[in-house]
Amino acid sequence: MTSLQQSPSGLPMIQFRRVTKTYDGGRPAVDELTMDIDRGKITVLVGPSGCGKTTSLRMINRMVEPTSGTILLDGQDVSRQKAADLRRSMGYVMQSSGLMPHRSVIDNIATVPRLNGVKKDEARRRAQELLDVVGLAPDLGRRYPGQLSGGQQQRVGVARALAADPPVLLMDEPFSAVDPVVRAELQEELLRLQRDLAKTIVFVTHDIDEATILGDKVAVFAVGGRLAQFAAPEEILRAPVDDFVAGFVGRDRGFRHLSFQEGNHITIHPVETIEEDRLADPTVSVRSPWTLLVDADGRPHGWVPQATRGSITKQAEAVPGGSLYTRGDTLRRALDAALSSPSGLGVTVDDEGRALGVVRAAEVFDLIESARLDRGRADHNTAV
Amino acid sequence: MDSIQGIIDYVPANAALLRELVGNHLVQSILPIVFGVLIAVPLAQVARLNRSAGAVLLTVSSLLYTIPSLAMFVFLPLVLGTSILSMVNVVVALTIYAVALLMRSTVDALNSIDDGVRQAAVAMGYTPLRRFLTVDLPLSIPVLIAGIRVISVTNISMVSVGALIGVPSLGRLFTDGLTRNYPEQIAVGILATLLLALLLDLVLVVLERLLTPWTRATPVRTARAAAPDVRTVAA
Repeated sequence: MTSLQQSPSGLPMIQFRRVTKTYDGGRPAVDELTMDIDRGKITVLVGPSGCGKTTSLRMINRMVEPTSGTILLDGQDVSRQKAADLRRSMGYVMQSSGLMPHRSVIDNIATVPRLNGVKKDEARRRAQELLDVVGLAPDLGRRYPGQLSGGQQQRVGVARALAADPPVLLMDEPFSAVDPVVRAELQEELLRLQRDLAKTIVFVTHDIDEATILGDKVAVFAVGGRLAQFAAPEEILRAPVDDFVAGFVGRDRGFRHLSFQEGNHITIHPVETIEEDRLADPTVSVRSPWTLLVDADGRPHGWVPQATRGSITKQAEAVPGGSLYTRGDTLRRALDAALSSPSGLGVTVDDEGRALGVVRAAEVFDLIESARLDRGRADHNTAV
Repeated sequence: MDSIQGIIDYVPANAALLRELVGNHLVQSILPIVFGVLIAVPLAQVARLNRSAGAVLLTVSSLLYTIPSLAMFVFLPLVLGTSILSMVNVVVALTIYAVALLMRSTVDALNSIDDGVRQAAVAMGYTPLRRFLTVDLPLSIPVLIAGIRVISVTNISMVSVGALIGVPSLGRLFTDGLTRNYPEQIAVGILATLLLALLLDLVLVVLERLLTPWTRATPVRTARAAAPDVRTVAA
């Protein structure tokens, strides 16, 4: 991990050096912030409102000037660069997408290249390509932003930020104004894009779930602009440094932490299966208390309890199953599959959705426990 | 019936005079609008950016509007050194009124822009001047033109006052008609003034439509984003 974070020049992309911002002599909005933002990674700034996370973000592109301290971009003090040029070298995505209502979608995306003096045709051609990159239909380019849904506008906002191919993206609560389904979709898209683009992304959110999903590293800010903890999301969930972080991370953090534990070592037990057309056949013997109903392709469609054998003859009559666990997915998913299943057996499927067997909750717990013990030993060793 | 016939007869009989007066009238009402916008827009931006300057500018512009127009027409030649009969006096006077009226509405127009859009423009790296010209100004057009429409009607009617001191405009039909006791001429003057006001207003409405196509684009809900499982290759 360390080797990946280092640039060829060995410098973090963005460095905060004892940065303080005070508005009109009040209490500091950001207090003595020192933080390194890794190249090519997503760093999430998270915290309650009024904790200075957006102020910190905006100091990077000088939309807010620090009261004291220094911010270095690629080793260069940002305060020595022309504000407009500096801003054009970074993509910026904001909450309400902030698109220009009087420009077509294409011209919105082409904004920064046009400011940089790229010819109109060239800028538009590139903008058209970007529509595809962010998953929008090409014909949306001619529309005005007011004609798009909230989710589509956010995608245009991302495309606009990417247009000049900047190494740095600043994202200020970009997904908080859209509904949860679209938000999840946009988060997934961002991660997919990031796999291809490897930008240095600084992402502000007040949602700890979003922070742990997206962040390679998460900076938790406390009220008063204090950086409370700056670590990998897995570590923030597992080992919050103080009561503030623990409280902010929330009640389900133990469960959420399972999202970071892979389930590769989990035992998959065989399960007795039956196809629909044989449900009514009394000659098919069944020994288990629960039999998994599958279709001709082996995809699960619910459970048949032993007691009801013979009275259930159609797929629609079977007991509906719980969530499915795709082999290799996280322990959180495995545990959820087991806990949500009426049989207590988490149905495990392959990438095509065919049933492979079942996982048991007790065994998931054993894995969690042994992972914890391993980690304890490792922590102890490094401490010594 | 006689007087209506008189009005109808008046027009072809005095076509040349009417053409000249309408031309003069239009010049004296349109030029102040153009100059007024050119002066009020930058002043309004100054007023927005600097609160104390703004207070002074808005107060002064309100006071200017209280000066009676006739007094202004008589007084301006002394200041400008123009002939009392010059159209320049009327143009300058009406420009002052236009600025006075437009200041407030232009400040409102510029304030009507969504702050998120302005912030976004800053974040994209617009220089302040470019942002003002290509983002703030186009977006303020609807409110701005609403203000200009008020000025255009006011100007059309105020230009006539210049006729009292002898500046040629449709107002001459009133002064002339009064001295000659010729009500049909006065009626033609009123009708022509009304017509010009309507025409100019129409031009402004059409102008707004041409300049703000985005305000009439209706929301369309089609082709939601491509399915999440679509894999695209980033350039």
